[in-house]
Amino acid sequence: MTAYADPQRPSACPACDAAPLAEQMAGAALKDARLMLALPGIHCAACISGVERLLLAQPGVRDARVNLTLRRVSVQADPEVEAEALCATLAAAGYEAHELDPGLLAATEIDARGRALLMRLAVAVFAMMNVMLLSVAVWSGAEGVTRDMMHWISAAIAIPAVIFCGQPFYASAFGALRAGRLNMDVPITLAIVLAVGTSLYETTLSGEHAYFDAAIALCTFLLAGRYLDHRTRANARSAAQELAALEVPRALRLTGQGTETVAAASLLPGDLVRVLPGGRVPVDGTVTDGHTELDRSIMTGETLPAAIAPGDPVRAGEANLTGPITVVVEAAGRNTELARIGDLVAVAEAGRNNYTSLADAAARLYAPGVHIVAVLAAAGWWFYTMDIRVALNIAAAVLIITCPCALGLAVPAVTTAASARLFRKGMLIKNGTALERLAEVDTVVFDKTGTLTDGAPRALGLDALPGDAAGVALALAEGSAHPLASALAKALVAVGTVPAPVQGIREVAGFGIEGRWGDIPVRLGRIGWVGGGAAVETTATYLRIGSAPALPIRFADRLRDGAADLVAGLKAQGKAVVLVSGDAQAAVHHFARAIGIDDVLAEARPEDKAEAVAALAAKGAKVLMVGDGMNDTAALAAAHVSISPASALEAARAASDIVLTGRNLLPILDAMATARASRARIKENFTIASIYNLLAVPLAVAGLCSPLIAALAMSSSSLTVSLNALRLR
Amino acid sequence: MDILGILIPVSLFMGGLGLAVFWWMLRKGQFDDPEGDAHRILRDDYDDHPK
Repeated sequence: MTAYADPQRPSACPACDAAPLAEQMAGAALKDARLMLALPGIHCAACISGVERLLLAQPGVRDARVNLTLRRVSVQADPEVEAEALCATLAAAGYEAHELDPGLLAATEIDARGRALLMRLAVAVFAMMNVMLLSVAVWSGAEGVTRDMMHWISAAIAIPAVIFCGQPFYASAFGALRAGRLNMDVPITLAIVLAVGTSLYETTLSGEHAYFDAAIALCTFLLAGRYLDHRTRANARSAAQELAALEVPRALRLTGQGTETVAAASLLPGDLVRVLPGGRVPVDGTVTDGHTELDRSIMTGETLPAAIAPGDPVRAGEANLTGPITVVVEAAGRNTELARIGDLVAVAEAGRNNYTSLADAAARLYAPGVHIVAVLAAAGWWFYTMDIRVALNIAAAVLIITCPCALGLAVPAVTTAASARLFRKGMLIKNGTALERLAEVDTVVFDKTGTLTDGAPRALGLDALPGDAAGVALALAEGSAHPLASALAKALVAVGTVPAPVQGIREVAGFGIEGRWGDIPVRLGRIGWVGGGAAVETTATYLRIGSAPALPIRFADRLRDGAADLVAGLKAQGKAVVLVSGDAQAAVHHFARAIGIDDVLAEARPEDKAEAVAALAAKGAKVLMVGDGMNDTAALAAAHVSISPASALEAARAASDIVLTGRNLLPILDAMATARASRARIKENFTIASIYNLLAVPLAVAGLCSPLIAALAMSSSSLTVSLNALRLR
Repeated sequence: MDILGILIPVSLFMGGLGLAVFWWMLRKGQFDDPEGDAHRILRDDYDDHPK
């Protein structure tokens, strides 16, 4: 993806960073001796032992260590050990396993940031406990030398602690000031610096009020907020990366002697690659050899497979269904059509970054307000007493009281609670503001193929087939792995059909299956090949027995679990529901009537989908886009908020804010309810924090705010806010 | 109040000890797989060299 290729560009989500990394490292992966496997199914102690013992028994494996929290196993092995072989061994023993890209190894190392934050938090908590303990003596009336000693010891603990713990805030505040902006970290930094500075000055003069405890408590609460925030994002990120890393783009290159497996990105125009049935085409190119059918649904949304013969063009991302083909490479890696659609995504995403979250809006109001109040209070007291020491003390007290401790916790605590809840229901929140945006949604746009439907066809009207025909159809259908054939075979077996004795069954790749039923030639496949009739308008395959007219067997997409309930639920909530699909008019309209969607756009190209979303947005609608294909990515990125199922293409998942991990669509309704609840909770939290401020600020301005009152107000508001957030779980 | 001269250093030392232990655990990766560690102690296989 060109859009994600530049490592200098900070992308909208970390998963986007992982994708090119994964591509780049795919080549290196073949030589690496350290393997990572994803084990989505493990859950208990017996699984840990089973997996580790099984892997250690394999030749060449030196060490295997399961991480149950991340559901992964890391394997140290000799270079010749193949991850695929290990996966197959594990699968045979009943543990579902997938190879992960070693790009992930780098990703786990990135959490050094999380550890650093945790360390700062630990130091801050340690220092706060000690300083608070010493302050209790001062609050309960220590005087003279004792008080000074307590202050000095507090200073000795608090000053190094504040310098070490506050670094994330100082760096962010400095960055904002250098860019000429104010952010939440500016008043925080100012409050910490001023509080510690005036307290130190007071202490040297044996003064009564020192705010060392407040300064370090401030650091602690804010670091707790930062850490929660970081952890939520890191969890979602590692899960999203895992999905991304499952797809290592590889290709089978034809050499003089045979074939070799290479990274798709390393192919050059003119190379010949072999694409086996069941695989995806890794490049844009032209077919030189072989007949087959291609499933283009992920690129175009068409459900009907396209027949391919030598000379036909193919594009990266299309799935090969029936026969092996050889493709001469015209464009590989970043030059493919697939990658160009990725560029559309980058353009659309730039627009969304303008979203102002509730926290940003609060900070924009808050930061200047705090500074104005503090400066006014200091100036007032300076004119009144002409004593700079009193004025500075007042300013420090105001800054500490108003410091956005609770504000810093208000949003992360809620998003952490909400993300944890949604994770249990099978959704990954990839973006920090996704929930807020989801709460505003009033229009939902669905893609059809692969989103509302499973992408797997279901045979219709089998009862209408004459008795013999059903048996013949079953016998022929069982001879192919084509999705229509296997769906037909499954449906016929389910109604108790017995296969007819058909001899010499042969699959003609790209056309169909033929055989002899007694003396009569029988064929099942495309109308142009079986002959004897005209095509019907919906997806169908045709059965011809001898010279009788061809019998069409129609297919419909199977609805994804929860799709019908989801649409009904959304309509009951008064949301507008729109269906936008690249599939043929008839198929889309038929489907829309069945599921109850009135607003339909069919035969939409990827640009049309994005435009449809943009047009809705221009009319003031807040659009939720749910889609899975390459043709949806631009629309996903253009929408106010977007969701994709786990079965979606990696680029679609990267472009969306929320990923569904299960097969069912119903969690989307839950997510919308949770999003509204968390938005309400965030607003409540802001109100609570403001009330504490409104009560305490007049005291601070009046000079009545002792360090004890500051400590009480700060701790109690932070606690209330966190507890309120926990109600979401 | 002389006792404070002993108690404060003692409490600081003990708190610092806790901090140092936490730092050591963090570095050793003891928080990397909390769920797995909880399950590992329930395994039957005897482990001569626990990792």
